[in-house]
Formats: sequence, C-alpha cells, structure tokens
Amino acid sequence: MVQAIVFLPLLGAILAGLISLVGAHARNPSGDEVEHHGDHGHGDAHASAAHDHDDHGHDDHGPVEPAAAGSRAAELITTGLLFVAAALSWMTLVDVGFMHHDARIQLLPFIFSGDLQVWWTLRVDTLTAVMLVVVTTVSSLVHLYSIGYMDEDPYRPRFFGYLSLFTFAMLMLVTADNLVQLFFGWEGVGLASYLLIGFWYQKPSANAAAIKAFIVNRVGDFGFALGIFAVFMLAGSTDFETIFHAAPGLTGKTINFLGWHADALTLTCLLLFMGAMGKSAQFLLHTWLPDAMEGPTPVSALIHAATMVTAGVFMVARLSPLFELAPIAQAVVMFFGATTAFFAATIGLVQNDIKRIVAYSTCSQLGYMFVAMGAGAYSVGMFHLFTHAFFKALLFLGSGSVIYAMHHEQDIRNMGGLWRKIPYTYAVMVVGTLALTGFPLTAGYFSKDAIIESAYASHNPFGVYGFLMTVVAAGLTSFYSWRLIFKTFHGEPHDEHHYEAAHEAPLWILIPIGVLAVGSIVAGFPFKELFAGHGVEEFFRESVKMNPHIIEEMHHIPETIAFLPTVMMVLGFLVSYLFYIRRPYIPVRLAAEQPMLYQFLLNKWYFDELYEIIFVRPAKWIGYQLWKKGDGFIIDGLGPDGVSARVLDVTRNVVKIQTGYLYHYAFAMLIGAAGLITWFMFGFGGQ
Amino acid sequence: MTTWPILSVTTFLPVVGALIVYLSRGDDEASRRNSRWIALWTTLITFAVSVILVMRFDPANPDFQFVEKANWLATGITYHMGVDGISLPFVILTTALMPFCIIASWKVTSRVREYMMAFLILETLMVGTFSALDLVLFYLFFEGGLIPMFLIIGVWGGPRRVYASFKFFLYTLLGSVLMLLAIMALYWNGNTTDIPTLMHTAVPRSLQTWAWLAFFASFAVKMPMWPVHTWLPDAHVEAPTAGSVVLAAILLKMGGYGFLRFSLPMFPLASHDFAPLIFTLSAIAIIYTSLVALMQEDMKKLIAYSSVAHMGFVTMGIFAGTMQGVAGGVFQMISHGIVSGALFLCVGIVYDRLHTREIAAYGGLVNRMPLYAMTFMVFTMANVGLPGTSGFVGEFMTLLGTFKVSIPTAFFASFGVILSAAYALWLYRKVVFGALVKPSLMTMKDLTFRECLTLFPMIALTILFGVYPKPVLDMSAASVQQLVNNYNTAVTAVKAAALLQ
Repeated sequence: MVQAIVFLPLLGAILAGLISLVGAHARNPSGDEVEHHGDHGHGDAHASAAHDHDDHGHDDHGPVEPAAAGSRAAELITTGLLFVAAALSWMTLVDVGFMHHDARIQLLPFIFSGDLQVWWTLRVDTLTAVMLVVVTTVSSLVHLYSIGYMDEDPYRPRFFGYLSLFTFAMLMLVTADNLVQLFFGWEGVGLASYLLIGFWYQKPSANAAAIKAFIVNRVGDFGFALGIFAVFMLAGSTDFETIFHAAPGLTGKTINFLGWHADALTLTCLLLFMGAMGKSAQFLLHTWLPDAMEGPTPVSALIHAATMVTAGVFMVARLSPLFELAPIAQAVVMFFGATTAFFAATIGLVQNDIKRIVAYSTCSQLGYMFVAMGAGAYSVGMFHLFTHAFFKALLFLGSGSVIYAMHHEQDIRNMGGLWRKIPYTYAVMVVGTLALTGFPLTAGYFSKDAIIESAYASHNPFGVYGFLMTVVAAGLTSFYSWRLIFKTFHGEPHDEHHYEAAHEAPLWILIPIGVLAVGSIVAGFPFKELFAGHGVEEFFRESVKMNPHIIEEMHHIPETIAFLPTVMMVLGFLVSYLFYIRRPYIPVRLAAEQPMLYQFLLNKWYFDELYEIIFVRPAKWIGYQLWKKGDGFIIDGLGPDGVSARVLDVTRNVVKIQTGYLYHYAFAMLIGAAGLITWFMFGFGGQ
Repeated sequence: MTTWPILSVTTFLPVVGALIVYLSRGDDEASRRNSRWIALWTTLITFAVSVILVMRFDPANPDFQFVEKANWLATGITYHMGVDGISLPFVILTTALMPFCIIASWKVTSRVREYMMAFLILETLMVGTFSALDLVLFYLFFEGGLIPMFLIIGVWGGPRRVYASFKFFLYTLLGSVLMLLAIMALYWNGNTTDIPTLMHTAVPRSLQTWAWLAFFASFAVKMPMWPVHTWLPDAHVEAPTAGSVVLAAILLKMGGYGFLRFSLPMFPLASHDFAPLIFTLSAIAIIYTSLVALMQEDMKKLIAYSSVAHMGFVTMGIFAGTMQGVAGGVFQMISHGIVSGALFLCVGIVYDRLHTREIAAYGGLVNRMPLYAMTFMVFTMANVGLPGTSGFVGEFMTLLGTFKVSIPTAFFASFGVILSAAYALWLYRKVVFGALVKPSLMTMKDLTFRECLTLFPMIALTILFGVYPKPVLDMSAASVQQLVNNYNTAVTAVKAAALLQ
C-alpha cells in the first residue's frame, strides 16, 4: 500500500513528462543545421510577443499556443493517480495511527561502502502517516484545481509532470528511514520547487526567483549535509533507529569543530536545524519564499504553503530523540521560530501583492511550528502543520481564484468590492481567514493556541520570548489577514474594468477550495486530543519523543493566558475593521507619518539588499579577481607564461652574446677553460 | 584462468582499428565514411570485449585479475598487465565512452582518417594506462597518451590551440620528468618495476617522501589540482568536442588513478604526512574554482572550472584514507566522467549550430530545443550533485569519508555544494531559459537522432548510478578495502613505533 502511495505519483510524473516531451518535440523539429533563410517574420513576431509578455509582470499564463496533444490525458492521469494515493493515505493513517500497524519496507540497496549502509526504505509510523495524508490530500486537490487554473497554458503536461514529481519527492522525504533518503527527498522537492517557480521560464523574474530558491535552500543544505556527516561519525550509521539508540550515549561528547569544542549533540542538531531553516524559510534564510510566488498559484499552495516548506518542521519532529537531548539546540529552534513568527508578520502588514501577504503569513506560521518544536511539544507542532496545510492551501487557492477572476491582477489596491461578484470565493476566503486567525472552533484555533500554550509552559530559556512573540504575532496575523479580506472583497472597486469582468471560476477550481474550506473547519476539533491532548502517547507512540511533561503542563496554565491569543485575534480584527472599513484614511496617514518604519517594513527589513551587499557582490568580485588576478596574473604569470617569457629572455641574451667577433669567443673559451681547471684542481683535488 | 589474453586484446584492439583506417587510403567522401564506420565498430567491439572483462571479473577478490606477464626489457621490467577493482571501472569508462566520442565526431570533415586514428590510438593508451602493472609500461602509456591529445587539440582545435597545447605541454613536462626520476629511484631501491611487487616492498621513509612528491607533481597536474590547473580551461576551450569529452572524462582520471595505484599503497607514510597539504589544496580548489566558474563567459571554461572543483572532492576523499573517502573518490571519478563528458557534448551541440561558446550569445533555447533543455537539465543537476543523480553519491561519500578525518576540510569543501548550484544554474538560465529574442537563435533546431544517441544513454547511466550505485561500488569495494586496510596498518605501525620511542 505504501509503495503505491509513493510510486503512483512518480508514475504519473513520468507519463506526463513523456507526453510533454513528445508534444514539445512534435512542435520543434530536429536538425543540426541552422537555417538562415525565411522564417524571419515569424521569428520576430514571436520575439515581440515574448517581449510583451516580460513587461507584464503578473501571475500570468504562457504565450497563447495550442496545447500539446494529450494534455487532457496527462491531467487526468496525474490527478487520478493522486486521488488514489490520497485515499490510500487516509487508510494508512487509520491503519497506523489507530491499529498501530507500523511498517518498514526495504526496497533496494542504495549506498553500501564499508560501515556506511544505506537502503531505500519506506518507513511508516504515525508521524509519517500524518504527513502522507497532508501531502497527498493537498496535492490531489491542487492537481484538480490546476486543471481549471492552467487551462490556457500550452505546457500543461509539463506542469502536471512537475507537480507529480514534487509529490513523489515529498513522499520519499516523509517515508525516509535514514538521513540519506531524507536528504534525497529534501533535494528532490527543492528541484521540483525550482522547476515550478521557474515554470514560466520566459519571465526573467521567475527565473531569478527559481535560482534564488534553490541556492538559499542549498545554504541550508550545507548545514544539513554537515549534520548528516556528524551523525554518521558519532553513531556510525544514518538509519534513524540506530541513531536514536546511540543518542543517549552521546551526551557529553564533544567535537572539535574549527577550534570550537562543541557538545556533539548540540552541534549536530544545530547543523541539521540549519537545513530546516532553509527549507522552512526561517529568519535569515527566508528570503526565497516571497520571491517563490513568481510560480503559478497552485504551486504556491502546494509547495510553498502546505507541504514542502513544512519539511523542516517534519525533520525536527522526526529527529526529536536527538533534539530532546540537546536543550541548547532547542533554545535556538525556539528563538528562530519565535523571531520568524513575529518578523514575517510585521512584513505581512504592509504588502500589497495578494500572494505575498499569504506567503509572509506562511513564513510566520512556520515560525509558530518551530516554537512548538523548541518547546518539545512535537505533536503540537505537527498539529499546526496539519491544520495549516488546509487553511493555507485554501487561502492560496482562494487567492488564485481571485486572481483568475481579476484576469491576473494581484495587487489588492486594484481590487475591492469583489464579494458581490465572486461570493463563493469570498465565503471560502473568510473561512480560511477565520481558521488562520484562530477564530474559536476553527482548525487554527486549536492548533495555534496549543502552540502558544506550549511556549508558555516550556522550560526553554527562550520560552517567555517565544510566548510573547507568538502572542503579538497572533494579533498581527489577524490584522493583515482581515486587511486582505477587506481590501479585496469590501469597499469600492478600484479597477472598474477588471471588476466588471470578474466572474466566478469554473468547477475545477471551486470544488477543491470547497473541500479545503470544510477541512479548515473540521481538521481541528476531532484531532485535538490526538495531537495536543491525552491521546498523544497512544497515537504517536515511538514516532516522536515528546518532552515528557509538556502536554500536562499545557493543561495547567492560567486561564487568562489561554484567552490571550483570542483577545489578540479580536483586537487585530477590530483595528483592521477600523482601518479599512470605517476610517480608510488612517493607514494612509500612518504611512505618511512614519515613512521610515513603513519603508522598512515594505522593503522586508532590507534583507535582500543586505544579502546582495554582503554575499552576492563580494562572491562575484572575488570570483572575478581570482580568475583575472589569481589564475591569469599570478599562476599563469609565474607558471607557463612566466617560464616561456624567461626562456625567451634567456634566448634573447644568448643571441646577444653571439656577436660574431672571434676574440669574444676566444675570451669566453679562455675564461671557461680557466674555470674548469680551477674546479678540477680545488674541487676533486681537494678530496 | 582465461584462455586468451583478454586484457591485451581490449588494450590493443583500437590500434588494430587505427591500422585498418590507415590502410584504407583516399580522401573522398566514401573513404571518410569508411573510416568513421571502422572507428565506430572498433570502439564498439572493444567495448564488447571489455564487457566480457566485467562478466568474468570476481568482485570479491581484491587482487589483480586477468594477469598477463611476459619478458620484455630487462630483468625486473616486464610486460605485465592486470586489473583490480580500482582500475577496472576506469577501463570500462574508457571503452564505454569512446563510441560516444566517435558518434559525436561524425560531422568532423577535415582530416577524418587522421582524426579517427588519433582517437583510436588514444584509446589504446588510456586503457593501457589503467591496466599496466609495470612502472615502465605504465609510464609509456601514461605519457604516450599526451601525444594524440596534443594532436587532437593542435590540429582540430580552436583559434588559440597553439597556446593551449603549449601550456598543456609545459605543465605535464615538469611532472613527467620528476615522475621518471622517481620511477628510476624505485627501480634502484627494489630492483624491479613490477607494481604488485613494489606495493609489498617497504620503501624507506626518506625515499617515500621524495618519490611521493615526484609522483604528486605528475598526478597533480593531470588531476588537475589547484594551483596547477590553469592549463585545463584553455585546453578544453580549444579542443574539439570529442577531445574535451575524452580530456574531462578519462584523461583527468589518470591523476586520481595514479594516486590510488602508487601514492597510497607504495608510500603510505608520505601520503599520511602530506594529507594536510592535499586537504588544503582540495578545499582551496573547490572554493576557488567554483568562484571563478561563477564569472566565466565561455561555456566550456565554466564547465572546465567546475571539473577542477569536482576533482577537488576526489583528491580530498582519496587522501582521507577511509573506506567511504576512497570508494567515493573512485565513484566520483566515474560519475564525473559520465557527467562532464555529457556536459561537453551538450556544449558541442549548440556550438555545432552557432559556432560560439559565449554564454551571452545564447538564451531561451528551451523554446526551440525542448529535448536539449531536458537533457542539459539532467546533467546540470548531476553537476550540482542532486541526490538521485550519480553526482551526489560521489560528493556525499567523499565528504562523509573526509569528515571523520578532518572536519575543517569537509566544512570548507561543503561550500562547493552551494557554489556549484550557483554557477551551474546560472549557466543553465542564461543558455536555456528566458525568452527567445536573439535573431540568430530563431532557427535553432532540436537534437537530432545522432545526438540523442550520444546523450540518452548517458542520462540513463547518470540516473541509474544515482539511484543504484551498487554495481560500481561493489566492483571496487574489495580492492578499496584492501588498499585502505594496508594504508591504515602502515600508518598505525609507524605511529605505534613513534609512541614506543
């Protein structure tokens, strides 16, 4: 069953990929001769069309070309296979979570060398089963949604191939039984993300965003890889079971890391967490996520909201037996999570691109999950991951529906009053917003409050910090979420032309968001006990190693503290209502009065500019200098070029000596003979 | 064991093919076609024979197999051939890649006969290098390989070919002279140039140091290691496509093979003493050349610099002296042989169409060449070391093996993971992605059947070895294990002796 879940998407990806290649090849003939006659008119037209396309910097569809043959087949195959996988996943969740039928299936030997023995293995325990459900459910809905959303794009088979490829990689990630396979899935989703962000490859901004996403993730992977090496050095294996068995014996060991005698487990966990920071877009390594919104909206929903970006959270939960033994590392996790939750929320306050607001919101919510991880409440973090997948995918897909209705307009300043035109989308967006802000009895209410409670109850050095930051961020979240709703759906339409043309999207789009809206409401309460109550032990069993007291202590925190997030939520709503419905001039005036702060937030704390100055430009400069000065001047200068120049010099001088005068030669001979005689007399004679 | 000298047949079959090409005189179209087909069939048959080698090879046996021995020059200098788990992968790599090189050269029109002969002779010399078990024989093959390579660059190369071959020559000359001296010294020490015998002869420590340095000079240039790498970009840029492929895929591997065959087993103490030097040079190579690659304007130069970086992983892994390090080094060389060879083929494909290697001249090829875009993407990702491609396995294993021995080296070398992504994706974006606006590219056409024939098998291998690297790892495991054991025994013995004093 697990094999089917994991490999059906791969099958879909391969089939769609083949359809795409065959189609593309049919359009573009083979040949190794470049023709230089005719065809220019067509070429120029094509060029100018492509150029227009570039100027239009919105979430846009590709050039209008007839779709490749078999597009519909590719769509239906991949979507169908995904739905099968999703159904099987829910069955697996019941089977594993409640029947306790954990599984480990060895497929194929991977890397075998000395004591390094890595298998391709599918491991299913409750933690994995939860992820399987999240990934396949959201992925199948996004596939379905994409049939509608991408209907004008001529490269649909390629798109669906990438989507399925992503799903496969993500499933390999969550079913990994060792760090190397985890890393395979990790980089695999990175590849799919890169391909999908850059799906519209004619847009320079999309290409730039794709590369940025890949490279920033690689910075995290740099740490992740070193972490794997450290684990292997300490435990002699990369298999989870072996590592977890060895972990208690490793406390107190130190590693000499570049002169720093670090506690072995702390260092290892920090290195591994660096990988999680990259993938989950945490503070300092977050810059790629907002840019990733260049990709088509279904991609943003699937990869950059519900699944891939949560891989870091999953990884920490999976490695919880290590993190539980490294309290300093947990403190760092809590710190970064809390900082991200707050920091991303502040940026979200002032953004105007509908997708970017949701993207920063994602970043912030991921921070929440890490706060729970830092508190040792791994199941609680997973709870938020689970609920967040529903309502954040909903918000993205709903935004997509808005964008679709507005003909690829993404700026909320140009929207307004849309609820009359697209009431269905409006309704589901409100549901998503309620869940995100933690309105009582929605999914987000249970999981988010549990995280804030866990931060309060934890004994982490940054526990109070985590608590404060998440509470403040809860208010900010509520504010920016309602701001989005108000500016998009309420008030006066700002773009009459688009407003008049706005219409509800086709059923392909409406069904998935409807399902997700239901999920956003019901994914909370029924699961509360399993993820954040007394059922945790029974449900998760060995798959995560919780802080033993955290659940108990969460239930004994003061009532006032427990209400605080709800109060913040209401406060955020009220301010937002005041700003954008009652007194719309206030935010304008505020922005004018506080230009520094406004610009600071609008420009995302200037992180992109900062990184450009301290990393990108120096790297290029150094590269250039090493090339021209290092290779060209020093190495070649002293090496081959220098040698040849010296040889030429010597030759030239030797040529000068050959004057042609007999007495010069005679003199040289005399000197030489004298020298030789002296040498023989004193050199050999001396012995 | 074997009834016929299978290894010699593999080695010298290409020369026979070259002779046949030589005998089929004439310079009309028909004779050109003949020489192409003769060359192709020769390489294919050679490959088929080498497949017999693989089938009969016993991977559990760490010693030399298919051994052939005959009297040759003087006492102690014999014609001695044989392969073990370390050399066999390289033999197969060579014989497997040569048919692709010939197919890739199908459109060469000037001096086709000589071209094909040069390649066939080169193949003999390369296979010979990997299967020679006598120092003198090895030296002949090793240095002899330079001659056809010179000719290939010098005759069929680009506009600056003279400069490139001269640079190549200067570097290698220095190394080979020193190596010859070391070979003589070894002969005087052990009265033999028989490699298996020498591997079991204890070499005095002082001689170890000098001989190690002399061999190092030669292999470091071949590898190439920083700072003696500057010949490689020029040689690559000027060489014809198939020449670049052979250079990157096989000739570079001779340095690494030399380290494995001579430095580590014969001079373990010196290897251990000099390991920090190698680590430093490797880490510098990885970061330095990756940064330089970032700024290249020429496609071939960029890939050449990335080759230097990838070879840095190999040297680092080999001198880590751990099982994963050494096995990873072997694997990385095989993988790099496939991937960099394929990348040069990819460059060759667009070069054939547009006759420029300048990155800025391209852009948006995906609009016209989807098959090409897909192929190039696979190899770019393999170059980046994405798991699931063969590039990952080698990089991962070498880093893993080194981490145990030297954390700083592994730390700095891991920066290559970030930088390789930067330059490789940048290249891909500039060449393949984007809108197709340049008028010269409007009539570009996609891969032909012939080009698919060269690239698709390589895609299959790249992914196969990325997912299931076992065939290569198993082939070399026993020999690598023995090598690592001997190395560690020798090093520990000396350390124990030092402790006693």
